[in-house]
Amino acid sequence: MKELTVISGKGGTGKTTITAAFAALAQGQVMADGDVDAADLHLILTPRIKKEEAFYGGRAPLMNKDKCDECGICMEVCRFGAIHDFVIDPISCEGCGLCMHACPNDAITMEEKFSGHWFISDTRFGPMVHGKLGIAEDNSGKLVSLVRQQAKLIAEEENKDLIIIDGPPGIGCPVIAAITGADLVLAVTEPTLSGIHDLERVLGVAGHFNLRAMVCVNKFDINTENTEKIKEYCRERNIEVVGEIPYDPIVTRAMVARQTITEYDSGVVTDIIKRMWARIEAGLGNGFER
Amino acid sequence: MIISISSGKGGTGKTTIGTNLALSLEGVQYVDCDVEEPNGHLFLKPQIEERISVGIPVPQVDKSKCTYCGECAKVCEFNAIVVVKEKVLFFPELCHGCGGCSYICPEDAIEEVEREIGVIERGKAGDIEFVHGLLNVGEPMAPPLIRTEKQFINNDKTVIIDSSPGTSCPVVEAVKGSDFCLLVTEPTPFGLNDLRLAVEMVRKLKIPLGIVVNCCDIGDREVWQYCEYESIPVLMEIPQDRRIAEAYSKGIPLVEEIPEYRSRFQDLYNQIGKRVQEESG
Ligand code: SF4
Ligand code: SF4
Ligand code: SF4
Ligand code: SF4
Repeated sequence: MKELTVISGKGGTGKTTITAAFAALAQGQVMADGDVDAADLHLILTPRIKKEEAFYGGRAPLMNKDKCDECGICMEVCRFGAIHDFVIDPISCEGCGLCMHACPNDAITMEEKFSGHWFISDTRFGPMVHGKLGIAEDNSGKLVSLVRQQAKLIAEEENKDLIIIDGPPGIGCPVIAAITGADLVLAVTEPTLSGIHDLERVLGVAGHFNLRAMVCVNKFDINTENTEKIKEYCRERNIEVVGEIPYDPIVTRAMVARQTITEYDSGVVTDIIKRMWARIEAGLGNGFER
Repeated sequence: MIISISSGKGGTGKTTIGTNLALSLEGVQYVDCDVEEPNGHLFLKPQIEERISVGIPVPQVDKSKCTYCGECAKVCEFNAIVVVKEKVLFFPELCHGCGGCSYICPEDAIEEVEREIGVIERGKAGDIEFVHGLLNVGEPMAPPLIRTEKQFINNDKTVIIDSSPGTSCPVVEAVKGSDFCLLVTEPTPFGLNDLRLAVEMVRKLKIPLGIVVNCCDIGDREVWQYCEYESIPVLMEIPQDRRIAEAYSKGIPLVEEIPEYRSRFQDLYNQIGKRVQEESG
């Protein structure tokens, strides 16, 4: 079984549009949405939820006012400034539990904290696993790992040999959770200074975890000079640039119609994505050395 | 006044709004809290004057004192410290630096040492005071770096905070404590979906908010319907424009490429000021 994660570093480069197109082109895959914070893949794949489960990401302190004598020790020990006037602020609290251990009156207990949901669904392209982290919750990395783990279980059960993961933006904990151990990482970028800057950082993370990466330049014709720079950068590092997609308003129209670009149109963008997918598939089949 | 700029969806133009607002006003401090992928410096081109290493305190076990009792592992909520037989294993990426293990250790065997997770750079971009944080590559936890960065906020200035996209902990850390939050979106299904989440987050933080619709002539009209229904003010609209996209790709600020935008950003600022006053009065 192979795992492909699509990431971007910088948000808004077209990562989800491309992932959704792969869902339509690939065969026998399980889709996993690794963006549990601001997920968009479901808007195109319109999953029918078959199973919904609560996600408990960690523990949070609960203060029992009856036992508290307002000694103030918990406020002193908390390094995150999360307790004011003997009230715990759930937004600042990191759930470390130190206040519970420090309280001389056993007034604080740690309780499992409900942090979101995860789902197993059906789509027109096969099964999909996705998650929704509660607003302002932490532990997104854990939920991403859970989504990937569930996708693997389904792939095993249903004898599917590919998992395609739509990764989150950035380089922090959910990104690390979405890429570690993947067989291939596809980084989608755009030829802007910020795109290049963010690509370098996200490829740095992939390198840090010894992952094989490929690059796709979206809207390559916005600045062809920068596109050349990206290709040069990738050449020097032996990273294959598998696709250069031109800017085309049809992409937004497909999104508004809630279709993948390959379903919506058979023009040049679809063509390029198809060729790109063939190269990725070939790459995955070749059994990369990690 | 502290204005934070955020967006559910990435790539909608947060940094464009933040940097151009900064360039259009006087007495500004620009604080880039998107420490995973900071971009503001590409447009503001600051002269960096100071570099500050930021770490979190992590445990270091003194083997001569440790009895391998396992108390530290028991207290750690993040499984960052594990005791097996005659060994204490420590997983730095999981550690939040809470100090629980050293607090609990009965043998006083744990000392805390700083472990770098990123750096903060400070400098000047013309008259703009510039601060940004850079999370070290491979490091999972952005919030402690953002917290430290926000200690450099200069309350005598108009502070503009750029955050990362989304609604999870690094965004909350960046946005909380601000007087107004500007959410940048684009009028597409993805833009609207993520805008709803961002609005929910900002409301949870009880911060007044307004919307900037970027590329306002693409997609559909649902973002406006949503804003009207939710009584959220749309404070600015920027059309899609090849000139803007090209300037952006080269790191040229919008107000330098098309100077007329300067007064539009000043107007945006005035509208924000009015709303903050109404809110506090
Ligand atoms: S340490 Fe315990 S008793 Fe003291 S203020 Fe905190 S909760 Fe109350
Ligand atoms: S669990 Fe940790 S972060 Fe939360 S209030 Fe207690 S000491 Fe502070
Ligand atoms: S609590 Fe202290 S003595 Fe016990 S295993 Fe941990 S470091 Fe060693
Ligand atoms: S400082 Fe806190 S998070 Fe880090 S190892 Fe100790 S108990 Fe765990």
